[in-house]
Amino acid sequence: MTRPGPHSRIRPAGTIQAVAFVAVVAVLPLITGQHWLVSLLVFTVMYAGLASAWNLLGGYAGYPALGHGAFFGVGAYAMAIGTSHLGVGGGYRPFVLIVPIAVGTALVVLPIARLLLRTRAAAFAVLSITLMFMVQTLAYNIRSLTGGSSGLIVPLAPFPAAIFERPFYYAMAALLALTLAVCWVVRTSKLGLALNAVRDDEDRARGLGVQTELVKLVAFAVSAGLTAAFGAVWAYYITFLYPGFAIDPLLALGAILMAFLGGRRTLWGPVVGAALIGPAQQYFAYRFGASQLYLVAYAALFLLVIYLLPEGIVPSLARRLRRLRRASPAAATHDQVATDSIFSAGDLG
Amino acid sequence: MHLFVQATIVGILFGGVYALIASGQAIIFGVTRTVNFAQAIFTILCAYLSYTLFTDFGIDPFLSILVLVPAMFAFGIGIYVLLLRRLSRSGAELGLLVLYGLGIGIQGVLDFVYKTNNRVITPGYANNSWTVAGYQIPEVRFFAFLLAVAVLGTLQLIRQRTKLGRALRATTQNPVASRLLGVDVERISAIGMGLGVAAAGAAGGVFGMILPFNGNTQYDLLSKLLSIAVLGGLLSMPGTIVAAVILGVVESVVAATISPDWSAFSFLVVLFAVLIIRPQGLFGRRLRGAL
Amino acid sequence: MDAGLHLRGIVAGYGQGDILRGLDLDVSAGQITCLIGPNGSGKSTVLRVISGLLTPRAGQVLLAGEDVTGRSPRAMLTLGVAHVPQERSLFPAMSVWDNVLMGAYISNDHDAVARRADEIAERFPIVARRRHDLAGSLSGGEQKTVEIARTMMLDPPVLCFDEPSVGLEPRVRRTIFSILADLSSDGRTILLVEQNARSGLAIAHNGGVLDAGVVRLTAPASELLDSPDVGRLYLGAS
Repeated sequence: MTRPGPHSRIRPAGTIQAVAFVAVVAVLPLITGQHWLVSLLVFTVMYAGLASAWNLLGGYAGYPALGHGAFFGVGAYAMAIGTSHLGVGGGYRPFVLIVPIAVGTALVVLPIARLLLRTRAAAFAVLSITLMFMVQTLAYNIRSLTGGSSGLIVPLAPFPAAIFERPFYYAMAALLALTLAVCWVVRTSKLGLALNAVRDDEDRARGLGVQTELVKLVAFAVSAGLTAAFGAVWAYYITFLYPGFAIDPLLALGAILMAFLGGRRTLWGPVVGAALIGPAQQYFAYRFGASQLYLVAYAALFLLVIYLLPEGIVPSLARRLRRLRRASPAAATHDQVATDSIFSAGDLG
Repeated sequence: MHLFVQATIVGILFGGVYALIASGQAIIFGVTRTVNFAQAIFTILCAYLSYTLFTDFGIDPFLSILVLVPAMFAFGIGIYVLLLRRLSRSGAELGLLVLYGLGIGIQGVLDFVYKTNNRVITPGYANNSWTVAGYQIPEVRFFAFLLAVAVLGTLQLIRQRTKLGRALRATTQNPVASRLLGVDVERISAIGMGLGVAAAGAAGGVFGMILPFNGNTQYDLLSKLLSIAVLGGLLSMPGTIVAAVILGVVESVVAATISPDWSAFSFLVVLFAVLIIRPQGLFGRRLRGAL
Repeated sequence: MDAGLHLRGIVAGYGQGDILRGLDLDVSAGQITCLIGPNGSGKSTVLRVISGLLTPRAGQVLLAGEDVTGRSPRAMLTLGVAHVPQERSLFPAMSVWDNVLMGAYISNDHDAVARRADEIAERFPIVARRRHDLAGSLSGGEQKTVEIARTMMLDPPVLCFDEPSVGLEPRVRRTIFSILADLSSDGRTILLVEQNARSGLAIAHNGGVLDAGVVRLTAPASELLDSPDVGRLYLGAS
């Protein structure tokens, strides 16, 4: 939101936020020994990371990506195949695979991204989710590699039962920290500025000399690579892969919902959204799982967020704060312009 | 060769049903600039309703269309008025997400009411077929095709020959100019949304007679509808119909000659291959500019 | 207050910004008034306020003494005020004939519309000649002519044109301006907004200079054409 000063990109307030965040995330799983609670934390941190990774492409660049389930699934299957077929070994060794999986996914995705990024807006949304359906079909059909619809088993990690979730939790937390760091660097660099320009008016941005193709590709690849990394950890944690769950259309929707709720295009928005929805989502699935009512609750929440809080929590709070601090009508008016322009640009004709 | 021709016949017949559902999606995109991500679940919803009307009340699925089409027309208008109208045209991606979310909510309700086991509507003639020159023509698919032709023909007559149809096309092509000529663009968009959803209502019953379905079938159907939309160019009615029939044929031929597992995938490959050559789709005039 | 069109203290814009900042303008009945001004001065916005596409935040639009501020485009059409926008506003994938029929959309008298369409086809031969062709296949000048023909379906006494000559070659431009002059000689009130100020003022009775959301200067069109200041600032040094 606020631009950093001209001399340093690192602001004291930002540093405090970051340190506090790391401390809280590091301590959280130590508070409780309840497995279901720690498991809930693992998923929440994972979704915070997925939503932040989605934000790179869907938020900053403004490309409505709906197919991130594909990259998550690719990461998950790569991890499963790596541990079971390639003989990487057990224990902590599979975590090493995360790096090649993330980098590999980012690279493999480049030619596909080039193709998808030739379209925009609704067409892009449609193609991205179509890509996800393709990957899902592949997972069902290449049985020799994925086990198809009978699933694929990942060797169970030999961690002590009492603290079984902890390694996964900290792996997810480290990836979340990395994702947030990437987002922060992007936001404060020329790349972020270029992505903003792409979202605002891509043709004009290109006219002004922004390398739109390049920045879009970078955002897409990094977003996909990070998503795959989370998928890899998830696979090792969950130990059983089934195409319908590993490559799930609802994954992108969940990430989008969290980013919307917290505030798209903000650093902390997706994290705040995940912190609120992640536990609720797990609870819904746990509580209503059998009766499928959680889909209804999920959809209702989704619609409520879009209609009642279209800009998200973080921007709304930030505006309140600024208004309080300055108590000047000018600041408020300025924000109002920004909000209005999102929804009235179409009327300009 | 016999197998290939047989598969092509079956594919064309079912392609008509895809064309019907996808045309509704194209009409909705035209007036709202929103891709209807709920069109698949609307079809499944109507398949379930036909199922209930048939199993509990003995009403033939071809007859229940007379109830479902007006009901879905009203439902579509309701969705436009309550959900889409509040998002401006620049919020088209938001609209897409809203409809996607709505679709997932409807699936949740259907899964709750009907459970998740596969259903299929089986009237007495469900497995009948005629033999013509050595080829099997399944009765249900044949009547489904006739139904699709009849509904699409009616839609086309409305669009081409009536004042409402002119207003629909005008709103699709230039909403500002339409307003300046006195068209109530919101009212016309609501009616367009109603017509598009009603098309899913017309197709639901026959869909449920031809394929076993449950709530999750929506993803399978959604991926096909979206492929048709992109291949057909999102706005073009002829493009949509041709793309739908191509999908029906590719799917059926691959299922018969290679494996049913790869039938859906083969079409997605065709789609991506086309996009490499023509990013605007086969028939789209300006997929980029229009969005 | 005569039968013309009068704007009083119009404040209007999009979002929070004001584009028109207290604009006054008189469009005399039965005459052509040409509004000139630099890009972004709000020329198109004036027309959007008149035709009801944009509701002003303050001020009044008076038509023959009646306050018609904030009426819908449909209501303004009923009152006889038509707006031909700057962008090509034909429906490109509809036939020329269907486009012309859309001109009388607000009328429910099917037979009268059909009769009027035949009259229009007689007056604008291009409509008869290309009636079955898609409007998008016509050249720029042909499209503008059909747009005007479509607008004439309702025979509106007040016409607003937004840069009718933009993007047209000089010969076609002259044709369009002569059609406008013809329409005016039927006694219609015309408000013309033109980037191409010299040609616009040449057929106009009155002129106005719009700058930064207000009308800076009004005068008979011939005076504006001859004024060295206006010439230097808005007509290009020629």
